[in-house]
Amino acid sequence: MQQIINFLIRNKTFLLFILLFFVSLVFTIQSHSYHKSKFISSANFLTGGIYGWKSSITDYFGLQSENERLVSENEYLRNQLSQYAVDTLSVSYIDTTSFEKPYHFTKARVYKNEYSKVDNYILINKGSKHGMLPDMGVITDQGIMGIIENTSEQYSRVISILNGNSKINAGLKNSNQYGSLVWNGKNPNIVQLETVPRQALIKEGDTIITNGRSSIFPKGIPIGMITHYELDASQNYYLIDVKLFNDMTDIGFVYVIRSNNVVEIQELENPTK
Amino acid sequence: MNNGILIQIGRFIVLILAQVLILNDINFLGYLNPYIYIIFILLAPININRSLFLVISFALGLTIDVFGDSGGIHAAACITAAYIRPLALRSAFGLSYEFQTVKLGNTGFGERLVYVTIMVVAHHILLFALEIFSVTHALLFLKKTLFSSIFTMLITMLILVLFRRNDS
Repeated sequence: MQQIINFLIRNKTFLLFILLFFVSLVFTIQSHSYHKSKFISSANFLTGGIYGWKSSITDYFGLQSENERLVSENEYLRNQLSQYAVDTLSVSYIDTTSFEKPYHFTKARVYKNEYSKVDNYILINKGSKHGMLPDMGVITDQGIMGIIENTSEQYSRVISILNGNSKINAGLKNSNQYGSLVWNGKNPNIVQLETVPRQALIKEGDTIITNGRSSIFPKGIPIGMITHYELDASQNYYLIDVKLFNDMTDIGFVYVIRSNNVVEIQELENPTK
Repeated sequence: MNNGILIQIGRFIVLILAQVLILNDINFLGYLNPYIYIIFILLAPININRSLFLVISFALGLTIDVFGDSGGIHAAACITAAYIRPLALRSAFGLSYEFQTVKLGNTGFGERLVYVTIMVVAHHILLFALEIFSVTHALLFLKKTLFSSIFTMLITMLILVLFRRNDS
């Protein structure tokens, strides 16, 4: 007994080192599994507050490009709107106040955006107070950006599509084949679409869109363009490089999508629960 | 003594803020960031209690992790750097470390470079090994470790020269 205590006292630094190292390994492994890394998260009042303070200063430097993007998005939306406004008399209207829309969009500002790591996260300034919940999709005006992973009262942490743990359903625009969108950690503008069966007719320049199978993203949000494809080792599936439409390194404002039918869909999919 | 503790606390806060607000956004060539918060570990007093030093380093790394949403990788890298510091000091400064007379401000450039290199490389190897966490990205790991280490060493040496206190 005496010897054990002596051993502990003699090696207390080493034992403390091993203990602390073990704790940090646990945190690291937790961060590699989706939905478990709640403790080490920047979505808390201290880090969120500091990032918000920083964002209030640095936002001034991007005002011009931000304005240009807003105006071009407005232009696009106006062009779409004009298709519906051709003949206002003969069009029948649905009273949208009494029917619930399938999706609801909330704007949010990006407080922290990273893209240089292998597992990237994004912090936005809307939280549970504003109705944000885990598993809501996040898009920009040009493409998709990620899925909310956890929320605090005022902030939410978004798991970016540039994250090794992220897997999003995506499909081809001109057929119904689909695969899962992953990232190999190299170029922040190129993501990979996997498990598209070889029967799919694809060519370079084809558009990849969300396919609406997951109830997180509505169908038809553009993601990117095929730049390169090849068959994988088993010769059954394509490995496709997709160039993203949105520049993941330069994101100011985003929209969070709330699906109003998500509860109903989940009950259908998991009837036992 | 009291003054010394205040300086350490101030350095702790300033380095964390500088790291998360400025240096994490540099992304030189798309993926290179210097991790200069390690200066806190480099400059801690030589005769500090080792257990206390490990706990402080753990807190330092964990704070960076919370800001960067990176699990526990910085914490693990920090405590490793803190644990091997006596070893690095001994191999870099030799005798003057044994007699507890090392002042980082008035050591030779070569000795200081050896010390910073050992610490930064050890810290970065662990940091990127845990960040990448897969064997299939071995090349990415080597690339990131090499270039980030050079980048961090460069900035660290510059800061050590620029902010050297004359009285010490």
